[in-house]
Amino acid sequence: MLKNRIIPCLDVKDGRVVKGINFVELKDAGDPVEQAKIYSDGGADEICFLDITASNENRETIIDIVRKTAKECFVPLTVGGGVRTIQNITDLLLAGADKVSINTAAVKNAEFVKEASKKFGSQCIVVAIDAKKVSDNKWEVFTHGGRNKTGIGAVEFAKKVEENGAGEILLTSMDKDGTKSGYDVDLLKTITNNTNIPVIASGGVGTLDHLYDGIVKGGASAVLAASIFHYGEYKIKDVKEYLNSKNVSVRL
Amino acid sequence: MNVTIVDYQSGNISSVINSFTEVGKGKVNLEVTSDINKIRSSDKIVLPGQGSFKSCVDSLNRISGLVDTLKDFAITNKKPLLGICVGLQMFADIGYEEEETKGLAWISGKVSKIDNQQGKFKLPHIGWNEIEIQKESKIFKDIKNKSHMYFVHSYEFIPKDKSVISATADYSSKIVCAVEKDNLFGTQFHPEKSDKIGLKIIDNFLKL
Repeated sequence: MLKNRIIPCLDVKDGRVVKGINFVELKDAGDPVEQAKIYSDGGADEICFLDITASNENRETIIDIVRKTAKECFVPLTVGGGVRTIQNITDLLLAGADKVSINTAAVKNAEFVKEASKKFGSQCIVVAIDAKKVSDNKWEVFTHGGRNKTGIGAVEFAKKVEENGAGEILLTSMDKDGTKSGYDVDLLKTITNNTNIPVIASGGVGTLDHLYDGIVKGGASAVLAASIFHYGEYKIKDVKEYLNSKNVSVRL
Repeated sequence: MNVTIVDYQSGNISSVINSFTEVGKGKVNLEVTSDINKIRSSDKIVLPGQGSFKSCVDSLNRISGLVDTLKDFAITNKKPLLGICVGLQMFADIGYEEEETKGLAWISGKVSKIDNQQGKFKLPHIGWNEIEIQKESKIFKDIKNKSHMYFVHSYEFIPKDKSVISATADYSSKIVCAVEKDNLFGTQFHPEKSDKIGLKIIDNFLKL
C-alpha cells in the first residue's frame, strides 16, 4: 500500500538554512546541501527547499544548491519560492529538482498552473497554498509569505488548482506556522475532503502527535515539518517509528 | 560499456542522469543524447519519460529516425533497454492520456487511467509504495519483495500477456509496476528517486 510521506523542509535564505518563527525572526542553522543529505540518509521520503528570499533576489544561489543536492540525494526534491515563470521552472528542473512549488504566481494567474502542468506534467507541479482562518470553517488564501490578503476562499482555490492540473497541494496554515501548536486540522480536513489530489500538510508541527493528527485526522497524504527536524528535536527515524507504532503506514 | 539515456526533449530527466552518473561512476561511458548514430552504437539504452503519454510519443516522433532506431536496437537486435515511467508506458500499443495515441507497440497492451474508485484513491498515485515481485527479473537481483519504490503517475500499463509482469503495486488495484520481456525492462516507479534500493536496480541494469 501507499505510504504516508514525511517531508523535512529546509527554508533557505542567501544559501543558508533558516527557520522563521511566523516568518519573521530568522535563525541561521546550516548548509542546505549537507542538511538535505542528512535527511535523505535518515530516511526522509522527500526533501523540500523553500527559498524564502527568492521573490526579490537573484535565483542563482538556490539553483546552485539544487544542483549540488540533486547529485547526492536520490529521493524526490521539491523546490519552491519565487517560482513565477516557465523559465524559473525549467531552470530548477534542469538543476535537478523533481517538483516545483508555485505559490503567489498561481494566485495571480490561474493560467500559469495550467500552462506549467501542460508543459512539464502534473507530476512536477505542486501548488503551495497559504491559508488563514477568517471565520468559522472559512479560510482565505494569502500570498507573499502571509503578508497579502487575496480575498479568495481556500477551498475554492484548491479546487481550481486541481482543475488546472496541479499534481499536489502543499497546504500551510498561516495561523499555525511557527507556533508548534499543531496543524490546523479543520483546514486540512476541509481541503482534503474537497479535492482528489494529494495534500501535504504544513505549518505548526511541534510534536510527533501533530504529525499523526495531520495524517489521520486531517487526511493528508504527506506531512511536512521544518523546525522539529532542523533543531534535532526529532530524527526522521523517530517520527517513522512513532507513526508506525500508532498503525500509520510509513516507509521504514 | 556505452549507455545512452535518450534525451528526446520531453520532461525532466536530470534525476535520471544524476542517478546513472552516480551508479555508473568509473564503470560506464554515459551519453545523454538523441543522436541516432550514438544510440545505434550503444550497449544499453535508458528511455525515460515524463509528462503525458501523448506528449512523450509526439516528442519521440519529432526526432527523425529515432523510433526506428530504438526499434532496431530493442526489437531487432534485442539489446537491453530500460523504460522508466512513461518510458515504460510507451512500450504499449496504445495510450489514452489526453487523446488516443499510438505507442511503440513493443509489448502488446494499453495505457489507461488508474480506476480511482470514484475518488476513493487520490490521483496522481504519488509516493512510496511496496512492490510485489511477480516473477524473477534480472533487474531485481538482491531486491527484496515488498521493497519501497517512489511512484508518481495517474495512468497504468495493462499488458495483454500477463507473463511479462515482473512486479505490481497495490493502489486501488494491482498496478503493473515492472515488466520484463526478453531484453526489454520497464519500471512504472522511478528507480532514480527510490533511494539506495532504486540505485540498486539501476546497478543491476548496468551489470546485465
